[in-house]
Amino acid sequence: MPEPRPPAAPEFDVVVVGAGPAGSAAAVQLARAGCSVCLLERGPAPGSKNLFGGVVYPKVLDDLVPEWREEAPLERWVTRRATMILTDTQALSIDFRSTAWGQAPYNGATVLRPVFDAWLASQAEAAGAVLLTSTTAVGLLRNGSGGVAGVRTDRPDGDLPAKAVVACDGVNAFLAKEAGCAVPSKPSHYTLGVKEVLALPAGEIERRFGLGTREGADFEILGGTGGVAGGGFVYTNRDTLSVGLVLSLPALAASKCRPEEILAGLKQHPAIAPLVVGADLVEYGAHLIPEAGVGMMPRLATEGMVIAGDAAGMCLASGLWLEGVNFAIASGAAAGAVVADAVAVGDVSGRRLEKAYRKRLGEGFVLADLERLKRAPQLALSERLQHRYPQVICNLVEEMFTVTNPHPKPRLLALARAERARAGIRWRDLASDGWASVRTFL
Amino acid sequence: MTVPAPAAFASSPEVSFEDRMATTEFRVAPDAHIVVDGDSCRGCTTQECVTACPAGLFVPISGGGILFNYEQCFECGTCYLVCNTKGAITWRYPEGGAGVVYRRS
Repeated sequence: MPEPRPPAAPEFDVVVVGAGPAGSAAAVQLARAGCSVCLLERGPAPGSKNLFGGVVYPKVLDDLVPEWREEAPLERWVTRRATMILTDTQALSIDFRSTAWGQAPYNGATVLRPVFDAWLASQAEAAGAVLLTSTTAVGLLRNGSGGVAGVRTDRPDGDLPAKAVVACDGVNAFLAKEAGCAVPSKPSHYTLGVKEVLALPAGEIERRFGLGTREGADFEILGGTGGVAGGGFVYTNRDTLSVGLVLSLPALAASKCRPEEILAGLKQHPAIAPLVVGADLVEYGAHLIPEAGVGMMPRLATEGMVIAGDAAGMCLASGLWLEGVNFAIASGAAAGAVVADAVAVGDVSGRRLEKAYRKRLGEGFVLADLERLKRAPQLALSERLQHRYPQVICNLVEEMFTVTNPHPKPRLLALARAERARAGIRWRDLASDGWASVRTFL
Repeated sequence: MTVPAPAAFASSPEVSFEDRMATTEFRVAPDAHIVVDGDSCRGCTTQECVTACPAGLFVPISGGGILFNYEQCFECGTCYLVCNTKGAITWRYPEGGAGVVYRRS
């Protein structure tokens, strides 16, 4: 427990709330810029509250922690990436492998968040930040003009006054909500991730997934969600698998299907069951994912406070690309740099912070990717893409490869027309979805 | 000799919900971080929380209303987001150090 602090004299220049990837990246930047930093974490250790599917793209760390390739606790380098389309009885995979992804500079890697997040937080500590765990920020402290001037914690005498706050408190964004930053609040702005971690010896994982030592697989799944809009995933860790679902909140709530039952259905699918059979469940969990997109992004700063990571909706849940930790790290680092500058010149006005922060985010990939893929979540969760196209595509492939002797092969175009008609898809919807896909992804 | 039709792949049996939840560590706080207003819930027919809470913390009781517990909460926030009845679910983070502790996720 820390000693009680006198309320008036800030012990820290900046309080960073949340020792996830965004918070730790912010704390590294702030500490290196010479600020005194308190990094608050409500869990007993960084990462203990955090859960994701499983892949990070750590090249974003090149500037922040250049030695990450040697030091970061990564499970496996992703060298195989498959996109699967499932119906109840069929599966179509686009299965890509690259040896380049298994060599420097690498691409994606699977990680366990309690391990990875703790490592990143230790980088912040090494830079000079003070990590305070098992401490929940319960509210904001305000100065005379209403600006944010620190946080209130649930410790006895737990006020932490500061010149500025970086709110990286995750998808529920309680601090941004308290500050009136217009955080998206509809169920449709979020998806629910549920995940099982299944134990399997490393050699058995490598045999089942056709991998070398430390090579990893990333399977993204369309369909297999029991009719609830969403998708599935299978990732390989060193000696566990991460198997889970991402489900639209309103669709789940209206479905009357329980998430763990939908997941059980995915695990029993003939294309998935052989991968997971006999692997014992060792941890189960769930986490929300912000999906509101760049159009609904909250106000990113207010006097004395900047928001980063999931709290700011900086997560790319676009169907094809699923990235969050790199967005958190990049936005956290940008927030840290901007707040350090502001504290140094003694101007933490909301206007200055928001302008500088947006400018800095605009120089990197965060806002550019979110802007470019802003239509993707809606498209990925749309009714036709979720429920009709998988069936049409799988039927088409099945008919294409079903030998119809003694009849000659049907023309593919005729098959496609018949499947379109059978699924009740109008030409104009097909054209508009095709155009939307082109606009969204190309 | 005839080649038999292939048998469907035998998948593993699922664990019970209780065993599933027992795989995850929860450090139970003395105070509940979820508060449910029973009066608001009594008239609710949609009960989104019952369906969507991944931890199954909300259980309908006969004659209307909801029974809930907070001990095995993943702290995701699904319940208050899906709830259609304003003010029915008040939800905050549990006190520091308490609640879910992921180790392998």
